[in-house]
Amino acid sequence: MFLTDYIKDVTGALKSLATGMKRTLYYFTHHKEIITEQYPDNRATLVMADRFKGEVVMPHDEKNEHRCTGCTACELACPNGTIKVVTKFDITPEGKKKKAIDKLVYHLELCTMCNLCVQACPSDAIKMAQTFEHSVFDRSKLTKILNNPGSKIMEGVE
Amino acid sequence: MYRETEILQQTSPGIIGETGEFTINVGPQHPATHGVLHLVITLSGETIKKVEPHLGYIHRSIEKMCESLNYRQFIYVTSRMDYLSAHINNHACALCVEKGLQIEVPPRAQVIRILMDELTRVASHELWWGAMAMDLGAFTPFFHAFRERESINEIMEETCGARLTMNYIAPGGVVQDLHPDFQRRVKEFLKLYKRKIHEYDELVTGNIIFQNRMKGIGMLSAKDAISYGVTGPAARGSNVSSDIRKIQPYEIYDKLEFDEVLETGCDSFARYMVRIREMQQSIRIIEQLIDNIPEGDFQAKTKAVLKLPKGEFYTRVETARGELGVYIVSEGGTTPYRIKFRSPGFSNLSVLDHIARGSKIGDLVAMMGTLDLVIPDIDR
Amino acid sequence: MWSLAHIANEIHQWLNNTFNPTWTLIIEMVLAGVAVIGLFAALGLVLVLMERRVAAWIQIRLGPNRVGPLGLLQSMADTLKLIVKEGLTPDGADKVMFNIAPFIAMIVAMLLMAPIAFAKDFQLWDLNIGVLYVTAVSSIMVISILMAGWSSNNKYSLMGAMRSGAQIVSYELSAGLSIMTIIVLTGSLQVSDIIQAQSNGWWIFKGHLPVWISFIIFIIAVTAETNRAPFDLAEAESELTAGFHTEYSGMKFALFFLAEYINVFIVCAIGATLFLGGWMPLHFGSNNAFNNAMDYIPSSVWFFGKTFFLIFLIMWFRWTFPRLRIDQLLNLEWKYLLPISMFNLLLATAMAILGWHF
Repeated sequence: MFLTDYIKDVTGALKSLATGMKRTLYYFTHHKEIITEQYPDNRATLVMADRFKGEVVMPHDEKNEHRCTGCTACELACPNGTIKVVTKFDITPEGKKKKAIDKLVYHLELCTMCNLCVQACPSDAIKMAQTFEHSVFDRSKLTKILNNPGSKIMEGVE
Repeated sequence: MYRETEILQQTSPGIIGETGEFTINVGPQHPATHGVLHLVITLSGETIKKVEPHLGYIHRSIEKMCESLNYRQFIYVTSRMDYLSAHINNHACALCVEKGLQIEVPPRAQVIRILMDELTRVASHELWWGAMAMDLGAFTPFFHAFRERESINEIMEETCGARLTMNYIAPGGVVQDLHPDFQRRVKEFLKLYKRKIHEYDELVTGNIIFQNRMKGIGMLSAKDAISYGVTGPAARGSNVSSDIRKIQPYEIYDKLEFDEVLETGCDSFARYMVRIREMQQSIRIIEQLIDNIPEGDFQAKTKAVLKLPKGEFYTRVETARGELGVYIVSEGGTTPYRIKFRSPGFSNLSVLDHIARGSKIGDLVAMMGTLDLVIPDIDR
Repeated sequence: MWSLAHIANEIHQWLNNTFNPTWTLIIEMVLAGVAVIGLFAALGLVLVLMERRVAAWIQIRLGPNRVGPLGLLQSMADTLKLIVKEGLTPDGADKVMFNIAPFIAMIVAMLLMAPIAFAKDFQLWDLNIGVLYVTAVSSIMVISILMAGWSSNNKYSLMGAMRSGAQIVSYELSAGLSIMTIIVLTGSLQVSDIIQAQSNGWWIFKGHLPVWISFIIFIIAVTAETNRAPFDLAEAESELTAGFHTEYSGMKFALFFLAEYINVFIVCAIGATLFLGGWMPLHFGSNNAFNNAMDYIPSSVWFFGKTFFLIFLIMWFRWTFPRLRIDQLLNLEWKYLLPISMFNLLLATAMAILGWHF
């Protein structure tokens, strides 16, 4: 019958609206469900995932030695030209010339954190760091030299 | 003259002739287009007479860029196409390269890839659900959807090292092994998802206003869906079987139990329900695999420099939006000679004019929502 | 002792003793104007903050918590920002109309304050057609929206304005009819009479089915009349970017924004007066201890409490429901709300004649 259908329509509609309102009221009254992380305030407790790709760094040990041989594998692997390896020739104690890095220039502003350079590196000289606050006021600060000044290649890394 | 300006000048006079029709520009900056899509709409009052999409605002010539990158490098660019299913894009490219190189992917890598694909699909549909509700004027579902999506993103961050553009899949397998916590985190997510899934129906699906906005709107017949090349959930809403995972199974999809979701409604609501039910199918796949990840290598042995033999290679996968095809022409070198991506968004957008004619502006927004357009995927 | 009526009386007497009656009247008018503007500013700040908090909690967020303690000064900061922003007038706009429109919106909202009883015996103007006055004046609101939409020289604005025109004109009918229910039961249009008629129980309690139905219809209709979601088609942001105020910026935009919230407050105040007994405390039959305890709560607290409850209800709607489409919106009014409220009015009339309510 027309009238019963009409009333059924109206009550069904009101019921569906009430279901939704019940759900939002639940969240309105249950503040423990709030999932907001207040980022700059929680810096102390914020832990990034250990694989998070933030920027490329070159780890040095306490003797200021790194593992980079200057093979340019990372430079070749990089799709954006982010890494530039500047090489020089060291004179070994035996008097032979040996290729080594002078500078490993890293352009953070070009990097897409694709991780290809880290995979390409045969001697595990570079890795991804978990930092992510990269903003600076001068873009030239984003061009970094990864090896520390005066650093040397570690013994035994070929 | 610049083509876009020319079109705008032709269409700019407010009311054209005696018909009382006028045009408005929706986009490139508009809350409903979710990106830099530009639609020129011809209206008669509130009724839509014509929708003309103008593309190219976010064209980055990804196909051309890929030609100068080698077969390991080009995969990362494809994450930037359909950024919501970045994993699946990477997967498609890796499959194509593997097809050319005839590499057998280890079973562990295959399972990991599928797990990641399905998690991505759930995350993408989650975001679509929130954005779709927001298009219709309900803001709350957006935040609720992001809660579940966030836990997927955290899983991704832990294993792949990134939340959106993971670049986790490489030719021959995956880049790194799964994180030790992966299984636990995924199970936690499944628990959370099952606890919250009924809220989706309470908040949006069952809502009478929402149903009235969706039912009988944007009718797309099966015939039109096929002739416009619509794929993915949009086609399955018109009862067109188009799930690549079923039609042409890749990896181990043929060994998994899941249903291809088909709806017969042909309207916006059918397309909506396909995605909602597809999320549950993805959850089903994840549940089957999460305890059965085989041991072994996560990557096949590959050479440092990949060289595809001379020839043409084509693979297709099912992304969250439809069929993504990757077509590589190789001349035998280290870089592809030509790459073409068949993106699902482009053909899904092309049907918009067809389904939107004769409906109201409010419906256009709803239809764009159900087609689930990601603009960088359309422009590439 | 500290009731608002008492304070008003003290001021009145002091002024009468100090000045002659003409000056007293002028000074009292100025004071009333200042008080209304002050209330506007306060309401704007409070309601914006309240809306943001309600939205945040419903959306499992925290909401504003940076400016001031607990974010209480957030709307202050927003206002400051809007004041210092440039108020642009677009090229090709009808300058006079464009600049007048927001002020009309504000003036309408101010006029509506006159017959509202904020507390016991505390009312600007208890005119004998109070409720009629409110319904009549609130329809002027649509003129400001149409002016804004038309003069902006923007198709989005124009469409928003046309939508809003159709919407407000049609929803006024059912809002009016549901108000009629109460008028029929009370037999008076005067606000103080309506409140007095509820001294032995609010209409929502003693009015049975007709009053419940008209209460629901009233809430739906005023939500639509104030352009609030799910009926916010005039500014439907995902369709028309911002609807009729697309081209407004700075303080001109703020006035529209403020007028929206003031209107919400006023319609809720009317709703509280008609259905929930205005400043009348909650009384239960002859339970004297309870009734006396309720009487200790000041009448202004009762009034504002009820009003804010209704405001919360309207905000709750906004953050739960999706938006309707324009044709569905008009369908809802003409095919559902209007027939129901007409039938309901008949029922209420029968009830009033037969004396079925307590």
